[in-house]
Amino acid sequence: MKTVVCIKRVPDTEARIRILEDRNAIDTAGLKFIVSPYDEFAVEAALRLKESRGEGEVTVVTVGDPAAGEQLRSALAMGADRAVLVKGESSVDGLATARALAAELKDMGADLILFGMKAVDDDQQQVGPMVAELLGLPCVTVVTKFEVADGRVVCHREVEGGYEVVEAPLPAVLTITKGEYEPRYASLKGIMAAKKKPLEEKDAASVESRIGVQAMSYPSERPAGRIVGEGPDAVPELVRLLREEAKVL
Amino acid sequence: MATFKGIDYFDIDSLLSEEERMVRDMVRAWVDDNLLPIIGEYYTERKFPKHLIPQMGELGMLGANLPEEYGCAGLNNVAYGLIMQELERGDSGIRSFASVQGALCMYPIYAFGSEEQKRKWLPPMARGEVIGCFGLTEPDYGSNPGGMITTARQDGDGWVLNGSKMWITNGSMADIAIIWAKTGDLDDPSSIRGFIVPTDTPGFEARDQKGKLSLLASDTSELSLQDVRVGPDALLPKSQGLKSALMCLTQARYGIAWGAVGAAMACFDEALSYAKERIMFGRPIAATQIQQVRLADMLTGITQGQLLALQLGRLKDQGRVRPQQVSLAKRANVNMACEVAREARRLLGANGILIEYHAMRHMANLESVYTYEGTHDIHSLILGQDLTGHAAY
Repeated sequence: MKTVVCIKRVPDTEARIRILEDRNAIDTAGLKFIVSPYDEFAVEAALRLKESRGEGEVTVVTVGDPAAGEQLRSALAMGADRAVLVKGESSVDGLATARALAAELKDMGADLILFGMKAVDDDQQQVGPMVAELLGLPCVTVVTKFEVADGRVVCHREVEGGYEVVEAPLPAVLTITKGEYEPRYASLKGIMAAKKKPLEEKDAASVESRIGVQAMSYPSERPAGRIVGEGPDAVPELVRLLREEAKVL
Repeated sequence: MATFKGIDYFDIDSLLSEEERMVRDMVRAWVDDNLLPIIGEYYTERKFPKHLIPQMGELGMLGANLPEEYGCAGLNNVAYGLIMQELERGDSGIRSFASVQGALCMYPIYAFGSEEQKRKWLPPMARGEVIGCFGLTEPDYGSNPGGMITTARQDGDGWVLNGSKMWITNGSMADIAIIWAKTGDLDDPSSIRGFIVPTDTPGFEARDQKGKLSLLASDTSELSLQDVRVGPDALLPKSQGLKSALMCLTQARYGIAWGAVGAAMACFDEALSYAKERIMFGRPIAATQIQQVRLADMLTGITQGQLLALQLGRLKDQGRVRPQQVSLAKRANVNMACEVAREARRLLGANGILIEYHAMRHMANLESVYTYEGTHDIHSLILGQDLTGHAAY
């Protein structure tokens, strides 16, 4: 059973983001980067699948600059077996990234290709489904847990107000969301072992990026809080505002 | 729970390898997720959070700088120090547990034990399945361990141990005790040898130390050994004299030099965010000169301590550290942490005496850290002797 997990290097979700002066990119100087949290769920899912079957191989792949090797090594420290860094630009054009990945994935012979549901930097949710399309594979998105048996994968999907169970033949592409797969800590032995695991660097297939960032801006400041009254007398007004203005009741 | 972002005013992170940062970040996240949410409760209940031991073992935090062939993580000493830093950012009691297990119990088995002893004990100790304690200090022999009166007498092919040990971290929960005892005359410290004593051996007793006002989330016990009979395989064959015991202390003191920085970082972090939020006289107390001086002093001490610990670790990794350098770092960094914790507690005003905040817990803990593993004063005298050639203790 060969599982490939595609991950992305993204800024730490707790980092304060600064925009560069020409307003088309963020300032990465001194910025801490992490594996996108949904991708970590996918890595965890792949590792659990391998552990429960007692066999298999987990490969992590990313498209990005060489610095993304750090995130691949994080995944290796969690327990992945090998890593591939597809050297290329991490583009805002999802299709360009998907094409670069698909070119790499098509000959890898994966039974299962996992993605995080989305990358937390640009939130586009494109690359997983696009890769499936390019490879002609079935794609199940927003998966909270899955099981593999007899050449098929059974997935639990989050849907409005509940969940549905769907089935697809392998090989398949899944995008994983928070569910069963709380990522493990990389053990110290895992961190040490990661150094010795293979990390292959390849040049990305030449693909054109057709989308560019025109401008970035900070979110508008949140308006100041409002005091609607004090004590029990304030309750009716508060309830009215929550219902009519905030529309949360 | 928000993750700790670290205190790094001099970009000391850039002096660490990616692997060292990964180790630090993992333990940091583990402390944020698993220790900080519960430490206040365990501290006030005077309990050690035992349920964390298997996790610490599984993640490789116990004896992490010992080799992989004995089930340990095989980290370098800087990465090991960073683990101690992060654990003590949580609580000195948890770091003490890890220090005793790794530096004071696993290390002597590794350094002075037979191959058989190493294979038998180190892997389960690394996993946290066997807990160790270290019996050197006695009621009347603290700073002067060479004066100990615990004895080990040969009896057939085994040994009989008699004596008592005090201030023993992990004492009541330990499965084995590394006991140091004189095999010759009481006035002959060179006859001191180390023994691995299973704590269920008849005649071995551990009593919890009552009345502590520091290290409340730590097991501190008194050990009594009355005609404790152990086999020949209990002796650590390569232990020779007081020097062997002191070599263990050097390992533990090394970790403390890092740990103290962690406690100071926790206090500074808390003090800084409190100062920005606490409004008095219509403005945050951070806008007052007196608190700014406090914060500047704390940050200066922490930055100096970080660089001191890091260079000490690099020397240790290059195999050229001297025990006196470890003394200097332990002495300086723990003293710094005591100051930072006390000033943080004062900055927090009345809130600073509450368990909901961390400063006073660290402040109380650090008084023990200041006193154990060679008191601050003894380390002054070690340095004094190194500088002048005159022993003043």
